[in-house]
Amino acid sequence: MARSKKISPLSSPPSSFDRRGFLKGAAGAAAGAAALIVKPETAAAQEAKEAAEVHRPATPLPGAKQTAAETAPPPKVDVYTTDRPGADYMVDVIKSLGFEYVAANPGSSFRGIHESLLNYGGNKMPELLTCCHEESSVGMAHGYAKIEGKPMMIMAHGTVGLQHASMAIYNAWADRVPVYILLGNILDGTWRRGDVEWNHSVQDAAAMVRDYTKWDDSPVSLAQFGESAVRAYKIAMTPPLEPVVIVADAVLQEEPVPAEDRHTLQVPKLTLPTPPAGDYGAVKQLAGMLVNAENPLIVAGRVARTPDGMKLLVELAELLQAPVLDRRFRMNFPSPHPLYGSGSIASADLILGLEVPDMWSTTHTQTPVNRMGMVSRPITKPGAKVVTIFAGDLFGKSNYQDFGRYDAVDLAIAADAEATLPVLIEECRKLVTPDRKAFFEQRGAKLAEVAKRNRDRDIEQAAWAFDASPVSTSRMAAELWNQLKDEDWSLVSDLTFVSNWPARLWEFNKPYHFIGGHGAYGVGYGAPAAVGAALANKKHGRISVNIQCDGDLNYAPGVLWTAAHHRIPLLSVMHNNRAYHQELMYVEDMAARARRGVETVHIGTAINDPNINYALMAKAYGMYSEGPIDNPNDLGPALKRAIDVVKKGEPAMIDVVTQPR
Amino acid sequence: MRRFLISLALSAAIILPAMCQTGDAASGKKLFLRDGCYECHGYAGQGGAAGARIADIGLNAKGLIAYVRAPAGQMPAYKQQVISDQELTDVWAYLQSLPKAKPAKDIPLLNALKK
Repeated sequence: MARSKKISPLSSPPSSFDRRGFLKGAAGAAAGAAALIVKPETAAAQEAKEAAEVHRPATPLPGAKQTAAETAPPPKVDVYTTDRPGADYMVDVIKSLGFEYVAANPGSSFRGIHESLLNYGGNKMPELLTCCHEESSVGMAHGYAKIEGKPMMIMAHGTVGLQHASMAIYNAWADRVPVYILLGNILDGTWRRGDVEWNHSVQDAAAMVRDYTKWDDSPVSLAQFGESAVRAYKIAMTPPLEPVVIVADAVLQEEPVPAEDRHTLQVPKLTLPTPPAGDYGAVKQLAGMLVNAENPLIVAGRVARTPDGMKLLVELAELLQAPVLDRRFRMNFPSPHPLYGSGSIASADLILGLEVPDMWSTTHTQTPVNRMGMVSRPITKPGAKVVTIFAGDLFGKSNYQDFGRYDAVDLAIAADAEATLPVLIEECRKLVTPDRKAFFEQRGAKLAEVAKRNRDRDIEQAAWAFDASPVSTSRMAAELWNQLKDEDWSLVSDLTFVSNWPARLWEFNKPYHFIGGHGAYGVGYGAPAAVGAALANKKHGRISVNIQCDGDLNYAPGVLWTAAHHRIPLLSVMHNNRAYHQELMYVEDMAARARRGVETVHIGTAINDPNINYALMAKAYGMYSEGPIDNPNDLGPALKRAIDVVKKGEPAMIDVVTQPR
Repeated sequence: MRRFLISLALSAAIILPAMCQTGDAASGKKLFLRDGCYECHGYAGQGGAAGARIADIGLNAKGLIAYVRAPAGQMPAYKQQVISDQELTDVWAYLQSLPKAKPAKDIPLLNALKK
């Protein structure tokens, strides 16, 4: 490590008691707590007292040697205290970035910042969230960002903590979600004490996740930390939004800031760049294509980066009376809208993909897993044009293959879709003639009929197995909607594993009504993301609802305790189908293909024998719960009781034994 | 969702009224569970995102067997080595025994969704 100035702890001056913010004007209220003054004689006396209390009956009288050791003046030792640890400066920088929360499972490599956040930073802005697993920390930050629109900070060991966190980081990466990751590390080997610190240190901490983070740095001075920490935030929040990593060296955290350096440390100003809008000429060209198309289709991926995104997409769709196929990666478009889901790829002559990460998969079919070979074909009609606006074209990496197959589109606009929509709408508006407007209105009327038919069909389909046990996913969705329809609610879980029933039956029309899904289908995302999103919803008084898959919860169920401990109002409804059901179906496919043993495929895929009682699990973590419920008629009243608990600001869980999908 | 129904719609030969055929519904239920039919189609044959509804689709046993041996879409083919014609006939009998859905208008929670 090229540290210019190595600071010896033994040569450090004794502390003063004043730990006020040492950067004039730094954000946040300093706690003003006194520095920790270690008093060995007092500590030793306390330990002796505690030992005596615990072991009193069996403890013999101390011998002369022990008595002397405990009563004689302590030998002269160098006692190390400080009132200006580098971590305080780091906290000033962190506070300047406006984080509400920092999620962490505690770790010694960032203990300096941990302590400074509490006692120097006052545990406010950010407030520390106690997590039981680093995957939970990142998953919470993932869900939080999709409601709040900005990152949560997480802290982890640069080694074992980051290893725990890595899958969740990959999910956030694939989902284009900013997560601010601060890693502890001891870069200089001569500062490591014993094997734990050696095992918990790494040459290049961020290397393990560099393939799926946007930027990282390992500063070797506090001044560099300040600049890099602010730069990391700026990069995370510039589309495409992605996780970033900043390494906080433990020596920098814990050692005092040399007096001669203090005046040079500043908190750099954060200026977020404006998001990149599409090239004007290309946007004009697209506007012409849209206005002149007979059957345009808008495919929405992660369009709604902010609440404005949904409004803009509605404005464009209504202007053109063009249908929207929502891939449900975000709350892009209101589900009751007559243009929602009323178009098709096959009938469109122009397909506009907005922040769709895998446009090729949207426009092609592929061979099922049980068929010969790998054959694909386009499902677009001959001559159909495909245009994309995609921030992913501005930035990407190669090792992990989340970018999907190359799609030879007709016009690719490398830009943020939401930032581009205002100009696109304006250019379309200029081109709409009265004749085209009349044509659009006719088209819109037909699409509205299709949307109504789709909804009526879904409602009729929901009736199947309505009284069945295990409880059908349509019944679960209908019962939930009955409780939520008059509330200010937010669905903070994915729809994929419940046959999309909420999207088919509920009315999603506010930006926070839905947060999308995993990103990279890394299971274990659901529970922590729901808790994080619910935390963001808390200050708005919304009822957050999480349809929680059983397999997902079992990765890191300790996040239930985090929800209970921090009083995060969240209704979790277990989708307890007692299997890793996607994999169960896949193994079934393999067995049928091999013409053997379809009756064995539950081995390694089912989660039964014994069945897991999630209501008891939730209770163990301090959460209100009911269940398991397998009689559908018991569900509605149980949901009502649980929502009453959530309205009081607490989490609750209803364990429902469900049909597979 | 469409793995069954699309193909059925294309094949007039198997869209026939249910015929009198022998099948043991109790045995069929065991096979339905043992061989994993419920995984995609639900315990009540109601269907879902992974498989079409197979309860009350007006299919005779011969049609069911023909489809299961050579399905379209995502569904894997189930050959004789995996499930026999008689066993499929039992499954068909079980499917015949499943209750039909009420109309949504007769279910208050669903009727409330209609506009």
